[in-house]
Amino acid sequence: MTESNPAAAVRVAEAPADRARTFAWNPGLVIGLVILVVVALTAIIAPLVFGAQATGVGSDPGQSASAAHPLGTDTLGRDMLARTLVATQSTVLMALFATALSSVVGIALGIGVWLAPRRLRELGLRLIEFAVSYPTMLVAIIVAAILGQGVVQVVVAVAVANIAGFARLTANLAAKISASEYVTTARLMGVPVHRLALRHVLPNMAEPILILIAGAFSGALVEISGLSFIGLGAQSPAFDWGTLLNDGLSRIAVNPIVIVGPAVALTFTSLAALMVGDGLAAAANPRSNSTRARLVRAEGEPALVAIEGDDVVLIADGITVTHGSTGRPLVSDVSFTIRRGEVLGIVGESGSGKSLTASVVARLLGEGLEASARRLELGGTDLIGRVSGRTLASKIGLVYQDPGTALNPALVLGSQLSDVLTIRLGFPRRGALGLLARAFEAVKLSDPEGRLRQHPHQLSGGMKQRAMIASAMSTKPDLLIADEPTTALDVTVQREVLSLLKRMNEQSGTAVLFISHDLGVVRALCDRVLVMKDGRIVERIDDVATLSEDTVEHPYTKQLLAATPVVAVPREARS
Amino acid sequence: MSEVMVDVRGLDVSFGSARVLRGVDLRLERGRTVGVVGESGSGKSTLAKVLVGTVRAASGTATVDGVDIVAADRRAMRAYRRRTQMIPQDPYSSLSPRRTIAQTLAEAIDPARARVARHEQLIAEWLVRVGLSADMMHRFPHEFSGGQRQRIAIARGLIIDPHLVIADEITSALDVSVQAQILDLLAGIKESLGVTMMFISHNLAVVQRVSDDVVVLYQGEVVEAGPVEQVYSDPQHWYTRRLLDADPGAPGFGLAS
Repeated sequence: MTESNPAAAVRVAEAPADRARTFAWNPGLVIGLVILVVVALTAIIAPLVFGAQATGVGSDPGQSASAAHPLGTDTLGRDMLARTLVATQSTVLMALFATALSSVVGIALGIGVWLAPRRLRELGLRLIEFAVSYPTMLVAIIVAAILGQGVVQVVVAVAVANIAGFARLTANLAAKISASEYVTTARLMGVPVHRLALRHVLPNMAEPILILIAGAFSGALVEISGLSFIGLGAQSPAFDWGTLLNDGLSRIAVNPIVIVGPAVALTFTSLAALMVGDGLAAAANPRSNSTRARLVRAEGEPALVAIEGDDVVLIADGITVTHGSTGRPLVSDVSFTIRRGEVLGIVGESGSGKSLTASVVARLLGEGLEASARRLELGGTDLIGRVSGRTLASKIGLVYQDPGTALNPALVLGSQLSDVLTIRLGFPRRGALGLLARAFEAVKLSDPEGRLRQHPHQLSGGMKQRAMIASAMSTKPDLLIADEPTTALDVTVQREVLSLLKRMNEQSGTAVLFISHDLGVVRALCDRVLVMKDGRIVERIDDVATLSEDTVEHPYTKQLLAATPVVAVPREARS
Repeated sequence: MSEVMVDVRGLDVSFGSARVLRGVDLRLERGRTVGVVGESGSGKSTLAKVLVGTVRAASGTATVDGVDIVAADRRAMRAYRRRTQMIPQDPYSSLSPRRTIAQTLAEAIDPARARVARHEQLIAEWLVRVGLSADMMHRFPHEFSGGQRQRIAIARGLIIDPHLVIADEITSALDVSVQAQILDLLAGIKESLGVTMMFISHNLAVVQRVSDDVVVLYQGEVVEAGPVEQVYSDPQHWYTRRLLDADPGAPGFGLAS
């Protein structure tokens, strides 16, 4: 079992009300939909307009492309263009029915498996996985061979072959959704299980199911055409793209043009369905469309005119971050310096821009954001523009909020925490491990050599965070950035980790940029504090020791202080 | 006149070979709030799960409003569960994204049918009571901030007037200023409605804001219990003292260098 603390719930952002589901249209989706609309119209109109041409025996059989017959004629003199267009209806309808049948039965099975008692559910899941492991085409051929020839038989065969895919997705999604708090809460309130499925589980799996349906339709088109091609599907005089391909195949050497129509139609339609599927998936995950972050130099009068002393480690002047596509300002003109040996705190609530500010300094800005600064220098190195990974790795150490997710559970500590030393700084493996072991010793991890060979789950949350700090400090950075490093920890462990940070700072003289939402923690650790709200610094507190509601000026700082819960105990009562 | 609502005696819970709760005793009178504090592995969430009926105790008794839930059969438990409500921790995952606030609250009132029209008045009343407005009832969760969602979750937990409400770390995912508002809201509701509540938190200062009594859990055992003021001002157990000293705002808090 991993160390997990309910208090450790990673803090979530106070969502702005406009975080609505925005549907991100993308070119693939639009093109796919347009092609599908054309296909649908063809399926409706073509039989009415070209019906006679497509079935009537013509006077000039086996023709190649000509003005009268752009795609030639078949052995009975029927126009292949007309036949291809008319066949759209039967082919698309068969694929639609097959997809509908497989999705309905598959979703019902998936939900049924999820509703079943535990043993039956396990058995059902294994069976579904077993069924999924067979290629759908193979299953379709076997079922069609059992059922015999005919349109209905082929539709059923293809539907059966696709059921397992839907059942597996549904069962997996149901398992995931039913673990969410709104389902467990509803269950506790006594909502009957079938209502849970209809009310909570099914509606919340709509998006992935839709994407799978688009893919399954594309697959069904090809599979049905394949079955018709080998003679199991539509029987003469009925025809679909598959039978047209089959007819053309026998004459491919003599008159190759006749297979162009059905081949192109099949390819484009199934491609369009796939594009719609991919487009829907991309639209459901808007992040996939966003661009890489940039940091550029801004012009203008510097806010930091006089920088006293030559022990300044970090100079940040005019850091601004905007949301790339909307241009919404997230951090506005934030300027500060940090001196050697100093601990600077940035305190603020969700959306204040405190973490974004730190991520600009570390050059780790998230996708889709644009940043600028008039000046950003760390230990004399300009951080704006191209900076080598080696420079960043040697000058900046990072400690994240949740040591549980910052560490890869599959790797031992020695291998993942020494990466920065070997890859970025070119240390030999053995030397890096030795350095890391000494760093482990410095953060008072017992048996440092042995810890190198342990996996993250063998350490408690506090020990993991110690290891992270050791790794961050192993490069002897000029600046240590710690973003909410104790938020996920128990209070008694928090105290130990804060003490450790303080000690490392005092011993090594490494400057620390400490990001936190907790004024109490910041007060205990930091020399100076910046208070941020809505992307701006609203107050700079230089004397943290005497910090109280009377000494701060900005109303927001006062409000923050008042809201920070503090155990109220008469001082004399505690011995 | 003090009527005992929750009476837990000698509760033992084991998961495999791990003993998660050992001989836990807890008494809670009607209309009072008990804070349960402890760190990871203290067993505080397991205690909550026993009281809502999702975890079975190995031995001991746990009587809530006259029902011994350790001994109760399935049918008795089903009736019991309706009367004990849990307010979950994370306001972002505790409301179904595809259902309106009214639908979510209607489900709490009537789990089987969840008819909004029939309960509209009660829903409107509760939205106002938790500091929202009645015309918000047809909105979806994504239209609300985290604090507003937690208000909705509180309304859902209290709307059927349960005999016991368990609030499990309900402010730990919130900003401090939002947390302060939610604590004020809870204190007000407690005052006006006389709710019996178990308030679980790792944060001693937060527990102090809403609780009358406190229970300190350490590795599955109750190491200290009593009225909040008494326990906080005169802690008897070393672990309670250690917890109090670890509060960053505490007078004893200092970082050894």
